[in-house]
Amino acid sequence: MIPLSPISLPHFLVVGALLFSFGLVTVATRRNAVGVLMGVELILNGANVNFVAFNHYVTGGVSGQIFALFVIVLAAAEAAVGLAIVLAIFQTFKTIDVRTADLMRE
Amino acid sequence: MKLDSTKLVLWLAAALFVVFFLGYMTTEVIGPVAHDTPVPEGGTVGVGDVLFYLLAALTVAGAAGVAVSRNILYSAIGLLMALLGAGSLYVFLSADFVAVTQLLVYIGGVLVLILFAVMLTNRITEVKVSNVSFGRFGGVLLFSLVVPVLLAVAALTPWAARTPDPLAPTTAAIGHGFLTRWLLPFEVASLVLLATLVGAVVIARKELKAD
Repeated sequence: MIPLSPISLPHFLVVGALLFSFGLVTVATRRNAVGVLMGVELILNGANVNFVAFNHYVTGGVSGQIFALFVIVLAAAEAAVGLAIVLAIFQTFKTIDVRTADLMRE
Repeated sequence: MKLDSTKLVLWLAAALFVVFFLGYMTTEVIGPVAHDTPVPEGGTVGVGDVLFYLLAALTVAGAAGVAVSRNILYSAIGLLMALLGAGSLYVFLSADFVAVTQLLVYIGGVLVLILFAVMLTNRITEVKVSNVSFGRFGGVLLFSLVVPVLLAVAALTPWAARTPDPLAPTTAAIGHGFLTRWLLPFEVASLVLLATLVGAVVIARKELKAD
């Protein structure tokens, strides 16, 4: 269906789709809060690959790359706040199992 | 894992649903479209193509490692491979600045943060409890539900692709865009980063209890 060569848009879309799917499975099956955050990073990376690929093969210019940069910035912010929350939960409950942390206070 | 009968019936129903969904997709949706779509001519595989496939394989293998690894530290190594591979794929797409930013921010920042969080929150000696993933069966079901749909969309849609521009540095154009058309989002992003910085410190610090 997709020829091996030359490399074109569908090749990158396939990589992005696989990144997204593995991220989705990670988010859905992990108990460990840090593992869930890793899955979110994978999902954002899959979206980013699609942004940059469409920018190169369809629109031209740099708009897609700028979108990808904003995604990277927000992913970094999300990781910082998310891991801070994970640390706070660990200090309170002594575990980071996402099923047991269901209170917002001690 | 405890398996009572209700749960078993639910899982069986889910599995049956997935099987029927996949069968329906292949026969009714993908089949006719794939039949009508002309197969494009393939060229000879060059060195660049082999490099792309190696990097794509590295990316996907890393992502798979994150999803299936039982040890959370191995998951972090898989995430490193996936982020590195995705960053190197950007180079094929004439996005040099994004590639370097990915390297700096993700691998230099986010991954180090994640490794710190892993080591601060886990007793590393107890590998078994550190990353028990539940619902392996459910994960496989979800994966086999999502992947065929996405791959079919990627492969069969007639994308409005044009001949891409030759590879050229884009840093100047990105800087120009940030200070003209995307100035407001750029400033808002800096505000978000500042708020994040303060918020992360406030959340993660140890509270001193007044006696």
